[in-house]
Amino acid sequence: MTDKNKYIWIEYLIFVCAVSAFGLATKNTYYLQIMTFIGINTLLGLGLNMLMGYTGQVSLGHAAFYGIGAYTTAILSGTYGLNPWLALVCAVAAAVFIAFIVGLPTLRLSGYYLAMGTLGFGMIINIVIREWADLTGGASGFVGIPVLEAGSIVFMSGASYYFLVWGIVLVAMIICRRLLASRMGRALRAIHDGENAAVAIGVNTHLLKLQIFMFSAALGAVAGFLYAHFVLFISPGSFGFMFSIKIVTMVVIGGMASVWGALLGAAVLTLLPEVLHGFAEYEMIIFGLILMLVMIFMPQGLTQGIMDMIRTARRAKS
Amino acid sequence: MQEIVQYLFSGITTGAVYAVIAVGLSMLYSSTELINFAHGEFVMIGALVMVTLWVHLGLPLPVAVAGAVAAGCVLGIVFERFAIRTARNPEPITLIIITVGAGIFLKGAAMIVWGKDPFSMPSFSSHESIEIFGAALLPQSIWIVTAALVLAGGIHLFLKQTLTGKAMVACAVNKKAAWLSGIPSEKMGILAFGISTGCGAIAGIFIAPITMSSYDMGTILGLKGFCAAMIGGLGSLWGAFAGGLLLGILESLGAGLISSGLKDAIAFVLLLLILYIRPGGLFAAKEAKRF
Amino acid sequence: MRQKHLVLAMLVTILSMLLVSGAVAADVYKIGGIFSVTGRASFLGDPEKKTMEMMVEQINAAGGIDGHMLEAVIYDSEGDPAKAVSAVNKLIHKDQVIAIIGPSTTPTTLAIVNFTKRAKVPLISCAAGIKITTPVDPWVFKTAQSDLLAVTAVYQQMKAVGIKKIGILTVSNAYGESGKKQLLSQAEKFGIQVILNESFGAKDTDTTPQLAKIKAAGPDAIVCWGTNPGPAVVAKNAKQLKIDIPLYQSHGVGSPKFIELAGDSANGNILPTGKILVTSLLDDSDPQKKMLEDYQKAYKNKYSGNVSGFGGYAFDAVNLLAGALKGSGGDKEKIRDNLEDTKGYVGATGEFNFTTQDHNGLSPAAFVMVEIQDGTWTLLK
Repeated sequence: MTDKNKYIWIEYLIFVCAVSAFGLATKNTYYLQIMTFIGINTLLGLGLNMLMGYTGQVSLGHAAFYGIGAYTTAILSGTYGLNPWLALVCAVAAAVFIAFIVGLPTLRLSGYYLAMGTLGFGMIINIVIREWADLTGGASGFVGIPVLEAGSIVFMSGASYYFLVWGIVLVAMIICRRLLASRMGRALRAIHDGENAAVAIGVNTHLLKLQIFMFSAALGAVAGFLYAHFVLFISPGSFGFMFSIKIVTMVVIGGMASVWGALLGAAVLTLLPEVLHGFAEYEMIIFGLILMLVMIFMPQGLTQGIMDMIRTARRAKS
Repeated sequence: MQEIVQYLFSGITTGAVYAVIAVGLSMLYSSTELINFAHGEFVMIGALVMVTLWVHLGLPLPVAVAGAVAAGCVLGIVFERFAIRTARNPEPITLIIITVGAGIFLKGAAMIVWGKDPFSMPSFSSHESIEIFGAALLPQSIWIVTAALVLAGGIHLFLKQTLTGKAMVACAVNKKAAWLSGIPSEKMGILAFGISTGCGAIAGIFIAPITMSSYDMGTILGLKGFCAAMIGGLGSLWGAFAGGLLLGILESLGAGLISSGLKDAIAFVLLLLILYIRPGGLFAAKEAKRF
Repeated sequence: MRQKHLVLAMLVTILSMLLVSGAVAADVYKIGGIFSVTGRASFLGDPEKKTMEMMVEQINAAGGIDGHMLEAVIYDSEGDPAKAVSAVNKLIHKDQVIAIIGPSTTPTTLAIVNFTKRAKVPLISCAAGIKITTPVDPWVFKTAQSDLLAVTAVYQQMKAVGIKKIGILTVSNAYGESGKKQLLSQAEKFGIQVILNESFGAKDTDTTPQLAKIKAAGPDAIVCWGTNPGPAVVAKNAKQLKIDIPLYQSHGVGSPKFIELAGDSANGNILPTGKILVTSLLDDSDPQKKMLEDYQKAYKNKYSGNVSGFGGYAFDAVNLLAGALKGSGGDKEKIRDNLEDTKGYVGATGEFNFTTQDHNGLSPAAFVMVEIQDGTWTLLK
């Protein structure tokens, strides 16, 4: 037990060192900004990962929480001048509340019905944001989101925002790990391995799924908050069905039920368009292809799939 | 008052579009227990291939229709063989994402082949609208309703009366038992997919004259089609037909009487209501029958 | 444990792909372009990208600017604000461009202005939204006519023919919303009353409910504000419902594609448009005629397609930038100053006169009213 703990702290240490080294060494704002986006996407992936990987609940509407977080902070701090950090609390509260209301009836469904339910929810939130133009700026978007400040530090693009985002990612990872190691985590794994059996031994599966749903919504809202105060402009198009699919892709590629997998998935999906920029026309085809191929051949995710391949190769040699 | 009649007719037009899409979707579910999230893209393929064959190449109408339907069927079969059957882990979550990925792939391919511009297509018969009770109805709408009816009826008969059809249903009910009775489940799977995507292509062919065909037309149509199928009851063909019409009419009435901005939300609100209150759908029997 | 090592290894590999950067040739003027080449605004971004590439080629063939060759680095925003942000950061920090042209749509523009402003890089947007240049920012310019001018042109014509009550039908996206705002706010000034305002989705297959509702309210005319293919559906539905009052469209449909999509239901539609659509109908004395004809010929030669008003936005942006680059030595501050001082540039979109207060530079004369008859454009007097 202590050995495992030590290992985890070493992992965190490597992570912190790598992130800090990169942040301090790179003077190029472009790279810092790409990494910042990877960080924000990791938060989204972490949340959805807990939901999809551990409780097996597919959610095709996760971008809705991203949007709720972004718009709450935009409206509260932009239109009403509330301190952005307070707005963060409100944004998370709003997302968690909505997750509770929507989760109660929706999480009773399973399989395709659940997928469709989350899809419908995501679409409705998107349409509401678009139509409530007086509040949200409508399809034209919301201009005038204030910049984040803490004391004398102003968080704008570049190194300051990079460290802010990755600091939050680290905290989120620690929380997720803690959750998984706790009693709740064991119950989660019970559900993952066999829901009926879990119910039989007295696990309140419905409550657990709801709690995880709310937790993932909270992480999504934090991501939305960070996005809003980074770009300083948001529009409903960024929080729609296609983005929900992107987050699902991140989790799938990274490997469901793996905290580091969320990071990998976010990195691959954020960097892919950058690497492919010369082939912008083919991006959609390649994206669809990757999604299909990974799910067909490596449904456990990229890392597990490659490990399996290495293992089979090694076995073939001997 | 006269407007309400017009809203109804518009609703029937849009509803028929949704119905004809939903029928193909439901049919697949009732024979394989699979939901194809890429169904909307097969509709798009049908429409665009039709545009190429009929408008650009000038082939005669029946040939173009046959060609477009064939395109849909073949693509569906290829899809089933390479994407669905080879999947290592055929759980719902995996299959959902595979079909979603396929949809994106088809959309991207269509964008490259046909470009980003929309295309228009002439109606099958006359262009002039018919006036009934002071409201206008396009002849093409009648074509679409007819197509939806024929499809629903035809597939129903196929699944209930023919041996192959019954075999397909048997596979869906219990694969092992069907296999034990000598039914080749692999062939059934291929057939089911071929028919379903063919239906999708037919939907596209009939819709194209009244909408504009473009590479991205499939996404929202597919989503509305799912809503319609769910509302009517997944797996029930007549349910899909009815669900589509109902959705179209409600959307139209909502746009006309309440607010046009929230029209899109109607479909999804209805979807959620059905899922919460009666997940079997409006027209499913108490014991989730198949038709 | 080993899985984590693998993840780390993969991350390192992926990250090192990022660090492949190109060397910067010192004597070349690097200018950036961000356009919605794919995605739902591709009818804007595709001709804009092609136009920019064509013109950079032309300028370089003529010897460049002050002896410096131009290099255009163009990225596709796909109409997605987040992608536009990535693109703009790449342009500013990796490619180190000295000015940026684009993006094609208002949301993508608004998403990146904070970054270009902060980095003090001049931006010439090709998007229509009025929020881009109001309030004026020293570093942000635009070449597309704003919807304010378009609506003014429409209302001026309506007033002249005595239209008093109208119903409006707008697309539920940024373009339609902006048009709606202008239509509602300017109506009173021209003695026009908007009795109904409805909206429709960009991909809707049928707008008869909305049209029936508007028809029943008895207006003198209907205004539809959207971009293809929606307005074509509206035109078709209007014919279907036998609506005989005039149907006005926005400059968003100002391309041959609209006529192709709407067929004969396009006849009788009235819209404002840049002069580029009716080049052959212009007076020979019109200062824009020669330039438009040259642009059309060059574009057709290279890409074998017809120009649309939208490519014209990029045409003007590149010309304006080229003019501002002269004598600037590649200094961004100087480029900005030169841009702001530009007066009397006769472009494809209109005549541009920038001032410290006006970074759009166009007047209502940038629009002409046209009516579609027999499948082509005719000038309305």
